[in-house]
Amino acid sequence: MADVTIIGAGVAGLWAAYACLKRGLRPRIIDRAGTPGPHGCSWWAGGMLAADCEGAICEPQVITHGRNATALWQEVTRVTSRGTLVLAPSRDGVELDRFAARTCGHTGCDSAKITALEPDLGGLHRRGLFFAQEAHLNPRQALSDLTQKLLSSGILVETGTVTPDDIEGPVIDCRGMAAERDLSGLRGVRGEMVVLRSDEIVLTRPIRLLHPRHPLYVVPREGGLFMLGATQIETASRGPIRARSVLELLSTAYALDPRFAEAEVIEMGADLRPAFCDHVPRVIRRGRVLYLNGLFRHGFLMAPTLAEQAAECLLTGKTGDLIHEN
Amino acid sequence: MRDFYGVTLATPMMLGTARYPSPAVMEKAFRESGASVVTVSLRRERGAGQAFWDIVRGLGIHLLPNTAGCHSAREAITTAQMAREYFQTDWIKLEVIGHADSLQPDPFGLLEAAEVLCADGFKVFPYTTEDQVLAAKLIDAGCRVLMPWGAPIGSGMGLNNIHGLRSLRAAFPDVAMVIDAGLGLPSHAAQAMELGFDAILLNTAVAEAGDPAEMARAFALAAQAGALAAVSGPMGQRDMAVPSTPVIGKAWL
Repeated sequence: MADVTIIGAGVAGLWAAYACLKRGLRPRIIDRAGTPGPHGCSWWAGGMLAADCEGAICEPQVITHGRNATALWQEVTRVTSRGTLVLAPSRDGVELDRFAARTCGHTGCDSAKITALEPDLGGLHRRGLFFAQEAHLNPRQALSDLTQKLLSSGILVETGTVTPDDIEGPVIDCRGMAAERDLSGLRGVRGEMVVLRSDEIVLTRPIRLLHPRHPLYVVPREGGLFMLGATQIETASRGPIRARSVLELLSTAYALDPRFAEAEVIEMGADLRPAFCDHVPRVIRRGRVLYLNGLFRHGFLMAPTLAEQAAECLLTGKTGDLIHEN
Repeated sequence: MRDFYGVTLATPMMLGTARYPSPAVMEKAFRESGASVVTVSLRRERGAGQAFWDIVRGLGIHLLPNTAGCHSAREAITTAQMAREYFQTDWIKLEVIGHADSLQPDPFGLLEAAEVLCADGFKVFPYTTEDQVLAAKLIDAGCRVLMPWGAPIGSGMGLNNIHGLRSLRAAFPDVAMVIDAGLGLPSHAAQAMELGFDAILLNTAVAEAGDPAEMARAFALAAQAGALAAVSGPMGQRDMAVPSTPVIGKAWL
């Protein structure tokens, strides 16, 4: 007999199950499509643990909690702690100044420092910012590692379409956009990504290219793969990536390093990220149900802390700062 | 006081909805600015979720859909027609972009689209340059409001051609005019209003400020100050000093 039922096996649900397990609670976890895959927005994430950079556009809570993400993820998967390098095309130097003014934890880089950090970008960029405390992980590997971690304790992700009403006892609802009807104010913000493969380019850490119209991030993955992202569109419509987004992502990648022009296009994807109006994720307690939602573009950054707070609340009743009463 | 197709605005502020860190921040900026018009992009925001529209509608101010991102008259006309249906308003801020880098209006496409839309019953707010020939033709086409640029969209440079804007203002004294685009600082807003413009429209300068709500308030105060100055009879500039206290009759030391 399970102590708690978790609905949804994206990054939030899996972490919630794991956080419960750590506290000696036996979870049951159910997802409408089973183990993690393209049906969930976690699948399309960048996997940057970049609390300091995100500070440029988000509330202080996300920065504070996000800084703990690296240590928590290290419990379950491989995390690469090599920081983030932020660059801007030379005519957009003002963007770099603005970004520097709004963030902490960075040091300025000249051309020599950029070359020392990422030799492949040597000579291409004159100024940058280095955020040494940041890290990144491979989201799909991390989801798989979390699933395995649960499996090793005998917890299998079950397949089934359920809502909290179908379940007896405590529930942690991690359905994301599928819980939209239960959570007023939750909305979808579309994100789009492209994966390229290049044998020519070696990058060892996420790179962000600031641009007033088309900002870009590139996250290196194993096997010469590079995940390109950054689009953020205020829309509730799903469906394939738009041509405009592909154009923008690819041309900005080309501006970062012209060798991307010769890269192979491996994958393109898009999905909706659930968000509340202040873009801070929360756990909403409504009777026996804890709704864990609104992770926006901070799924991998914020899921560990949010899940830990939910599990702690379930076990001891303690309400962390991300817990909201209905 | 000039009105906007029969509508008198409570404040001379029009604000866009793009580029804010979050809808919560956007909503606060609108409240602080006391903006009386919210402009929204149909192309970019049509698919936005109900929660986003609840916030925009909850502002309770005039909705001005725009055709941002359209590069031809045909595209802009279609977008305007969709906007009328979607937002249930015949107001349309008509943007036809002619140049991808400067986002400068395409005067030919703009006039073509304005003629079609005015004939179709739209109340057109054309995003235009300070060119008086174009302004006259837009007015002939049926536009009762003009939205000349201050500077290129998002550039924050302020009023690039004061002479041109002053001449435009003087040439069409009965037409309501909004300085749209390029404002970076509250002083630019004050200057626009001092020149006798009827409102300002901005987005980036507020949305991308470190504290959007406070910046929105700063712009609102500046616009209000400029508007007050415009109706209070500003003094003329002179080439010589004029003492405010008479010198004659004073004791010489």
